[in-house]
Amino acid sequence: MKIAEKKALKRESIIQTALQLFSTNGFHKTTIPDIASKLKMSVGNLYNYFSSKDVLAQEIIKYTSEVLGEKIRVVNMTEGTAEEKIHQIVTIYFTMAKEKPEMIEYFLRVYLSNREVFSDGCEGMVCVSGFITEIMIFFDDAVSSGELRNQDFFSAFGLFMGYLGGMVFLKGEGVLPKEIEKYIDDISLNIYNALKV
Amino acid sequence: MSSQTRPKLLWLQSITCNGNTHSFLNHPDLFLILSHFELVHHPVLETAYTMEDLLQKKVSCDVLILEGSFQEEGFLKDGVEVSSLIQYYAGQAKHIITAGTCATFGGIFKQKDPAAISGFCFDLEERTMRYKTYASRLISLPGCPIHPKWLSYVLLMIANKRQIEIDTLHRPVELYGYTVHTGCTRNEYFEWKIDTKNFGLKEGCLFYEQGCQGPYTRGSCNKILWNDTSSKTRVGTPCFGCTEPNYPQESLFSTKTNMGIPAKMPLGIPRRAYLTLTGVVKSFKIKRFTERLLDYDK
Repeated sequence: MKIAEKKALKRESIIQTALQLFSTNGFHKTTIPDIASKLKMSVGNLYNYFSSKDVLAQEIIKYTSEVLGEKIRVVNMTEGTAEEKIHQIVTIYFTMAKEKPEMIEYFLRVYLSNREVFSDGCEGMVCVSGFITEIMIFFDDAVSSGELRNQDFFSAFGLFMGYLGGMVFLKGEGVLPKEIEKYIDDISLNIYNALKV
Repeated sequence: MSSQTRPKLLWLQSITCNGNTHSFLNHPDLFLILSHFELVHHPVLETAYTMEDLLQKKVSCDVLILEGSFQEEGFLKDGVEVSSLIQYYAGQAKHIITAGTCATFGGIFKQKDPAAISGFCFDLEERTMRYKTYASRLISLPGCPIHPKWLSYVLLMIANKRQIEIDTLHRPVELYGYTVHTGCTRNEYFEWKIDTKNFGLKEGCLFYEQGCQGPYTRGSCNKILWNDTSSKTRVGTPCFGCTEPNYPQESLFSTKTNMGIPAKMPLGIPRRAYLTLTGVVKSFKIKRFTERLLDYDK
C-alpha cells in the first residue's frame, strides 16, 4: 500500500473514531487525547492529520454529509416516482440512524448545537453541500415531472428534513415506542402528501 | 473596386418584420461596408434593380442575405412564391447568410404555423430538407434582431476572401462561441448569487428571478456592445435568448424555477456542479453586494 493511501485510511479512521466519541460524549467533553488514545496513536501524530479539534469537527460534518449525499445521489439516478424516492430517502435516513446512529446524532447534537465551532469555515451550507445538493436535485426533478408542488426550496426542505431530524432526535431520546424503521411508511406518505401537487 | 469585380449582394426578405434591415441601418460604417459590394437589391436602400426585376429573375447575386421565416407554399409577392425566389437566388449565390432568428431557425413567425414555417436550412435545431443543398455556403446569424456588427463581420470576411469558422448550426464561432453572459457587468453578482431587486437597477444579477437567459444563450452582446454603448443586461433588462433556436420562449421577464432552483442551467454546466457551488456561495454574506453602487441620497 502506498503511503498516500495509508494516510487516507488513517485519516478516515480518525474521523470515524472522533465522530463516535463526539456523538456519544459531546463535543466539549471529548478531547484530542481521548481520540488519540482510542486510536492508539500519539496526540502529536493526530495533529499531523488535523490541526485542531474544530478543524476535525468540520471535516466530520463534511464527511457525514458526503456519505449521506452519495446514498441519495443513487436514488436520484433511478427512474422511480417522487413518492417512491421519498420512501427511499426516508429509508436511507432512518436506516442510517439505526445502523450508524453517530452519523445523524453528530449532525443533530454536535453540528446544530455547537454553531460557534462551525462559524469559521462551515458557514451556511458550505460543509453540508454534498447532502443539500442531492436534496435540491430530488426536488428539482420532482417539480419538473409535475409530481411535487412548486414552492420555495426551504419551505419544502424544512418540512422534509425537519421531520426526519425530529424523529431521529426522539429516537435518540429513547421516547419512540416503536423501532424507527416501523415509521418509514407512514412518514414517507405524510411527506409525499404534504408536498405533492 | 469596380462594379465588375465587386461581389453582387442581394438582400431578400421573406416573412419578416424588417427588424434586421433596420438594425443594420444603425451600423456607423454602413456605406463603407456596402462599398465592398455591388448592392443589387435591398428592401429599403436605393439599388439598381427593383423588386419587379427580382421577381422576374433578371438579377444575379454572389452573396445572398435572407431575412425572415421560410414557408414553402403560400407566401407570395406579386403572385410569385417567395420560397421559389429564395431557392433560385440561393442556387447561384456563393455565400448565403440567414440574417436573424426567423431566417435561421424559424423565429417568432414560426408561431403562426409551426408545421409549415421554419428557417431556411434549420427548423429550430433540426436540418430542413434544403440543408444539404445549401450547407456548404451557409452562414447562420441568429438574433432578434441581428447585431449590425455581426453582419458586418461576416460581410467583411467574405469581401476579404477570409474563411469564417462556424459551429454545427453554421454560426460564426467568433460571434457565437461566447454566451451573452460573457462580459456582462453583473458577473460579480452572478458569481455570488445576488439577485437584483428590480429591472433597471445597476446592482444584482437578473438570472435568478428576472428571467435572464444570458448564461445559456450564445451571442456576443456583452462583448460587441449595441450602438457601441450598452446591452440589455447592462441596463437592467434580462437577455431574452433571442439568438437561440427555440426563441421565443414564454415569460421572458421571470425565471422558471423548481423550488427555487433555476430550471435551466448555465451553458454546459452540470446541475450537480452548479447547485454545489450555489449552496456554498450563498452561505456567505458579502457586505459590498448589499449596498448601492452609487448612493444618490448622500
